[in-house]
This record gives sequence, C-alpha cells and structure tokens, in this order.
Amino acid sequence: MFALVQVEDFDQGELYARLKQSADEKACGNTGAIVTFTGLVRDFNNAGDIDGIELEHYPGMTEKALMLLVEQASERFSLNSAGALHRVGRIHNNEQIVWVGAAAPHRQAAFDAACYLMDMLKQSVPLWKKEFKGDKSEWVAAKASDDKAALKWMHKK
Amino acid sequence: MQVTVKTFAQTREITGEDNIALNLSENSTIETVISQLKARSDKWALALEGSVLTACNQELCDPKTELSDGDELALFPPVTGG
Repeated sequence: MFALVQVEDFDQGELYARLKQSADEKACGNTGAIVTFTGLVRDFNNAGDIDGIELEHYPGMTEKALMLLVEQASERFSLNSAGALHRVGRIHNNEQIVWVGAAAPHRQAAFDAACYLMDMLKQSVPLWKKEFKGDKSEWVAAKASDDKAALKWMHKK
Repeated sequence: MQVTVKTFAQTREITGEDNIALNLSENSTIETVISQLKARSDKWALALEGSVLTACNQELCDPKTELSDGDELALFPPVTGG
C-alpha cells in the first residue's frame, strides 16, 4: 500500500506497476482485478474558463490522512493492495491531479474501493483548491454533492 | 499550557496568520480556543464564522476535544481535493 503527495506529475504505468507488485507481495496469484482512476484539471468551472489551479496542503497531515484512507479502503474491501497519489502546488489545465488504485481478487471490490477512495478523499484529506482566471484567483467551495457521495458509504455495508 | 495553532487556505488568507502560539488555561477545549480567536480581531471572527474543520496533532477531531500542552491545533475550511 502507498500514499504519495507530490508537486511533480506522475506516470500511471509506474503507479500501476507499484500497485501490482505490492498486491503480488501480499497474495501472489490472487489478484483478479485492478481498477485505477486518474483525475484531470478541467479548463472550466461553473462561471467559465479557468487558467489552472493551485492545491494547498497540510504537510504531514495530508500524507497521513491519505495513507489512513488507503488502509481503510484496503480493510473494508478486502483488497490485496491499494494506493493513492495527490499532486499539490500549481497545476495547469488538462494536467493530471490525482490517482487512486485498488487491487482485489474480484472486480466489484476493486471498482467499489476506487470509488470509495475518491469519495472519501474529498471529505477527509486536507487539500484545498484555488482556481485561477487571468490575474484573479478564487478558492473552490466544498460541494454538497461531494458530502452526499461520502455519506452514502457510511450507510452501506 | 501552550498550544500551536495553524491555519490553511481561506482561514490562513483571511487571518493573515498561519502559525501562532497561544497560552491557555488547563482543560481548554478546541471550542474555547475558537471563541478566544474570534475575539482576537475582526479578521479572526470572519475567518471562523463559517464551517471550520479542526485537527489536533494532525488528526481530524471534534471541537469538544480537550487540548494538552504542546498540542498542534489546525483550523481550516472544508477540504476540496480530488
């Protein structure tokens, strides 16, 4: 399992390989499904075009909270391994911002775990987005739809 | 006792203070600190009037949590990663 917070862009292939190796180390031959998700920076918001974003984080806590989430997902969905990476700092339009991956014996657990990781990440990991437009910038407000997405996991078995 | 208060994102920008040391009486809770900080200045009152998340020693926690000497308390708006 792994949780990474970094400024630099990432390589999906390398993260997939790291996840697979970690799953193999735990239960070689038992992994039947790997689901990964990559989030990108859109070039617009509700008010129009944007010129990229900046991610602020809480050094120390962000890494710990992300790792805790990966461990929780791993336990909840009986995964062979899981991983997450979130970028911080200035990120331009169309660039990669976040990656999560889950390796499980069967596909449903891997799909569910990837959704869970993203839904919960938006609730419990200290990261804050600011959007830029020309020389102006504005903090992104938390969305009620994100609260609902996280809440549904509280009620599911 | 003394605690460190850290702020992030809007809370940091509005207050203009990202790391302060506070002297508190024993058995103070996070709620007590928030009340004290709101009285510190208009900026702090504004920064803490909406929804604020609290973390103690880098773990999310309830505002009713009692603080201990040397704790690191963080105050920040709802998170928006992902």
